[in-house]
Amino acid sequence: MNAPPLIRLQDVTVEIQGRTLIENVTFDINPGEIITVIGPNGAGKSTLAKALLGIQTLSRGEVLRRPGLKIGYMPQRFHIDASLPLTVKRFLQLAHNPQRWREALQRVEMEHVAKQPMHTLSGGELQRVLLARALQRAPDLLVLDEPAQGVDVTGQAELYRLIRSLRDELHCGALLVSHDLHLVMASTDQVLCLNRHICCAGHPEKVSNEPAFINLFGTQAARSLAVYHHHHDHHHHADGTVAAGSECSHGGHHV
Amino acid sequence: MFDILIPALLGGIGLAFITGPLGCFVVWRRMSYFGDTLSHSALMGVALGLMLEVNVSLAITAGCVLMGLTLALMQRQKHIATDTLLGILAHSSLSLGLVALSFMRDQQVDLMSYLFGDLLALNYQDVIWIFAGAVAAIIMLKLLWRSLLMMTLNEDLAAVEGYNVLRTQLLLMLMMSLVIALAMKVVGVLLVTSLLIIPAAAARPFSDTPEKMAALAIASGVFAVVAGLSLSWWWDTPAGPSVVVAAFVLFLSSMGAHRLRHA
Repeated sequence: MNAPPLIRLQDVTVEIQGRTLIENVTFDINPGEIITVIGPNGAGKSTLAKALLGIQTLSRGEVLRRPGLKIGYMPQRFHIDASLPLTVKRFLQLAHNPQRWREALQRVEMEHVAKQPMHTLSGGELQRVLLARALQRAPDLLVLDEPAQGVDVTGQAELYRLIRSLRDELHCGALLVSHDLHLVMASTDQVLCLNRHICCAGHPEKVSNEPAFINLFGTQAARSLAVYHHHHDHHHHADGTVAAGSECSHGGHHV
Repeated sequence: MFDILIPALLGGIGLAFITGPLGCFVVWRRMSYFGDTLSHSALMGVALGLMLEVNVSLAITAGCVLMGLTLALMQRQKHIATDTLLGILAHSSLSLGLVALSFMRDQQVDLMSYLFGDLLALNYQDVIWIFAGAVAAIIMLKLLWRSLLMMTLNEDLAAVEGYNVLRTQLLLMLMMSLVIALAMKVVGVLLVTSLLIIPAAAARPFSDTPEKMAALAIASGVFAVVAGLSLSWWWDTPAGPSVVVAAFVLFLSSMGAHRLRHA
């Protein structure tokens, strides 16, 4: 059963005012597949997400969507000014399928914030509410730009677990954008390492051994990535370091 | 006396019906400095209108639209931050307007009335213009409401959900230019923004939905016009600034009442 890909990017290049933001990016996202795009700041991760969403003009190449493809999108840097009075419920009712707001909110375990004003939500609560909004469309593809921003470490693990279980339930594809190598890697099928062009791509374990990856992120990060993938269910100490005899350090992964 | 007072009241109240909801977007989108820049450029519109001998309100609207487009274009360069740019354009256009008007010595130009408005000089024709503008703006706001809210929340998300963000942005700017042109006679170039932001800010503590805030902002604006005109009538104070002072007092009371309620 080889279903056609949900979306196919073919030699996608985006240039703005003579600067190349992404170059010759080619890949597919298939149903049920989670792809994580990693890369340093300014590598073009958000540009890639926008190209995929169809809100970024391409200089060359094309994006082929499966007909009728529904995309649920969770933007990066979502900020609501405190001067705008808007409850979570109303926020969700502004989306597609407004009648499904409760169902979506239940799915991300956030019903208790329904009547709360948006600007009072914590980082983790806000990200879940945004995820609920993306789910409301019954999407075939989730595009999540930095889903774990402003979420504490325990919250991040839970958020990624939630994203994985949503994928299993909806059998949707997912593209995650992240600059954080930690927990993302344990929950992804494919890693796409971006630095304007795709440096390397594939299974997290394989990617972590690629010279291009090590070049971009450093040896330590590469080692910890491999370790993370090997020890799916390792235990964490209270301070967040990994318990099971791994030599990975949690600091200094960010590039 | 009613010949002076009634057009002033009607015009001011009509204006409050647009500045209320539009002012909410100015507050939510943090556009008050943008509004200032647009309104300062209105004086250039006045000069242009007098020079070319066309309808001054029309010239003001055109001037504001032109300024808005210039701003949108100049924001794309990355050497100077937006607030600096707004400051440069606001004061330069105000000065350009003043310099241009000084060349027209043969014409009777009442500069003070352009700078601070002359609410008591409104006639019934002005009132008709304001009402027509108010009806047009309210219809436009009603049609664009959802789109404007979505754009205010997040432009990328709005675009993905199929809203035409660029068109909505341009229409918002057009509405602001129109309102500034209409409000010029009431409060003048220097005080126009206050009529947009003060009633909206006063409405905020008592609102739990965007629509309620817009409605309360209208009510605050109407109150400010009535109270300001009364002040002006009994104590012979300048009408435009009196309306702004009334709005400010209302804002302070709103903040105070909110503090007390949540103390």
